[in-house]
Amino acid sequence: MVDAVFDFVIGHFNTVAYIILMMIGFYAMTGKTNLVKKLVGLNIFQWSIILFIVSLSAKRDATIPIVLAGHDHVTGPVLDAADYVNPLPHVLMLTAIVVGVAITGVALALLLRIHRQYGTLEEDELRDRVRASG
Amino acid sequence: MNAHQSVVPVLIVLAPLLTSFMLPVLGWWYRPAVFPLVLTALAVSCGAAIVAAQDVVMNGPVHYYMGGWAPPWGIEFRVDALSALMLLFLTIITLLVGIYSKQSILKEIPSKEVPFYTVYLLLVAGLAGQVATADMFNLYVFLEITSLASYALVSIGGGAAVVSAFRYVILGTVGAAFYLLAVGYLYSVTGSLNMADLSRILPDLYESTTVLVGFAFFVIGISIKMALFPMHTWLPGAYSNAPSAVSALIAATTTKVAAYVLVRVMFFVFEPRFSIEMIPVTTLLGWIGAAAMILGSVMAIAQSDFKRLLAYSSVAQIGYIVLGIGLANTAGFTGSILHLVNHAFMKGGLFLVAGAIVYRTGLREIREFRNLSRKMPVTAATFTICAFAMIGIPPTGGFFSKFYLILGAIDAGNWVFVGVIVLSSVLALAYLANVLRYIYFPNDDATGGGGRQPVPEATQRDEVPWTMLGPMLAVTAIIVLLGIFNGEVVDRFIEPAMPAGLAR
Amino acid sequence: MTPEQPDLIVRMVCRGLAPFIQLFGLYVIMHGHSSPGGGFQGGVILASSFILLAMAEGSETLRRRLSLTALTGFMSAGVLLYAGIGVVCLVLGANYLDYGVLPFSEPRSVGMLVIEIGIGITVTAAMLSIFRDLLTF
Repeated sequence: MVDAVFDFVIGHFNTVAYIILMMIGFYAMTGKTNLVKKLVGLNIFQWSIILFIVSLSAKRDATIPIVLAGHDHVTGPVLDAADYVNPLPHVLMLTAIVVGVAITGVALALLLRIHRQYGTLEEDELRDRVRASG
Repeated sequence: MNAHQSVVPVLIVLAPLLTSFMLPVLGWWYRPAVFPLVLTALAVSCGAAIVAAQDVVMNGPVHYYMGGWAPPWGIEFRVDALSALMLLFLTIITLLVGIYSKQSILKEIPSKEVPFYTVYLLLVAGLAGQVATADMFNLYVFLEITSLASYALVSIGGGAAVVSAFRYVILGTVGAAFYLLAVGYLYSVTGSLNMADLSRILPDLYESTTVLVGFAFFVIGISIKMALFPMHTWLPGAYSNAPSAVSALIAATTTKVAAYVLVRVMFFVFEPRFSIEMIPVTTLLGWIGAAAMILGSVMAIAQSDFKRLLAYSSVAQIGYIVLGIGLANTAGFTGSILHLVNHAFMKGGLFLVAGAIVYRTGLREIREFRNLSRKMPVTAATFTICAFAMIGIPPTGGFFSKFYLILGAIDAGNWVFVGVIVLSSVLALAYLANVLRYIYFPNDDATGGGGRQPVPEATQRDEVPWTMLGPMLAVTAIIVLLGIFNGEVVDRFIEPAMPAGLAR
Repeated sequence: MTPEQPDLIVRMVCRGLAPFIQLFGLYVIMHGHSSPGGGFQGGVILASSFILLAMAEGSETLRRRLSLTALTGFMSAGVLLYAGIGVVCLVLGANYLDYGVLPFSEPRSVGMLVIEIGIGITVTAAMLSIFRDLLTF
């Protein structure tokens, strides 16, 4: 029984790792009342998903996907795709990282305005002050 | 399918995108040129959508390979009849709200004209891109462009809107992250991101758990974006606190495009039999849609703020669309798409009316709307026609979409859904007739109004300016035209794009 | 020594380090299409060199030297460069962003290089404007 669980965890290491990170992020988003902590939880949540998809590109005994043309004159049909790690998830996740940074930027700007207007970043105090000011 | 190449779909996305890049510098250099340039970009987009729609209706689907790379290696833009309909109504409604927004923004957020229009054009580009693309990851990019633009637009007014916008950021990003996870799962088993390619490879893999989990993440993520009950909690705050032009724009477009993405992936990338027979997603969606319809309408009745009432009403109308998807037959699908298009104009029109009322009188509580029909008769008439369309009175478009939905429910043999549709229409009558009563028959109410001074008995006519009245009248005309010509819309746009595999 | 002007050693070291960071950032931008790197990564590294200088010299200097108008102008210029290359390809007859028709000796390579430079400019300006906004907190 313990062997089966152990095998599963080691065999699907990336899935288990990303689920643990995602749940940590999710707990921070829902369990904490400070808005900045919620934002950090959102970041952890997104980054865990990006990590998982990048980990999908790994292959056994494969090297980084850069062809040193001109060095060994390696071009054309001599290239074997199994020797190189899949570069497509890396490229896609670059875009996803940029999106994550943009969302963080927008959320930080919103937090600045909330603080400037209401003077607090705690959710319960904020609810009272918003209701009070109409 | 004999699809042909055409550059027009790209123009629909490019025109607003390039113009929004130029606006910050232009605004700093020569301010009066900003609004005409915005209108030009939206008009070019609208014209391109009309040309593309004609092309698609007469010659079949249109595709375009970005960078010259053929799929599945490159990103493909593909417009079939359903996408053409979506692009057409998106560009029309954004053009109308763009014309309306000039005076409205001047009153509500006076110093932020240039940033507002920059982000507005980015939103339009993102919406058009979501509809036109045929690549799953490209859809994620455009989805996030749309979302970021809408977060910024909702918060631009300041005050309580910023707190609602933060909540919208958190929930919306979770939804988009789930969509990204779904794309990752599907890519890991199929190795492709192109929608047509996926629809070819996936049928052999329907038994696999990975595909199932990917599909589940996709449905949850898109449901958050679509504000499907019970993941709608961001919607009331965001719609009611945002500036009026923003509420009209976002209510009419973003949730509709999310519903379109759901339809596109559920019925075109995955075959309908996956959602009907293998896992009962359509049954589940049907019941959730029914719950949204009833609960949204009930919450709307309880509201005293006009924009909040419209927000909860939107939650109910999304329930109609999802119920149509959940029925999984041709009549239900037709009703769902028709209701999608109708609701964009109906809810857009209603939010434009709310904005006009705020512009002239600053009133937001329904109890203070007394004598409004005397002060602003054209606005009141617009509200009446939009309300009739929401309730479902012929010949407005709302009647025909509900008619198709009821037909679909009868075809599926599910009489509970017929009852739910009728009950929800009665509830809509309740909350809209309440507002109508205050606008047209002020002497009925004996109890006093809220804090602000309601409009006094003898008032002069004082309508909103023509740049705001024009779009409202245009929206009203389109609602009536959609009702009269609904057969044309169904025959030319929905029938050719009907997914194979739905029950008759 | 006021709070706005930190220690002399910190200032001198940061001033010495900044050119090397900028050089590395430019290298990462230029080599985006043939080694790990690219516009976004290089842009962030370039921005971090300016942020290091800002933290060393004090926030007033940064706000005076980098006006919001200049940063917005750079942001627009960068993305317009990217979109402009695509439109040039469209005008020259091929599909949008099809670098093969550009009139250079290695058109795809040069096309991607110009795009990465555009992205780098925009990302640097965007990161600096976010930092500038956070300074007023």
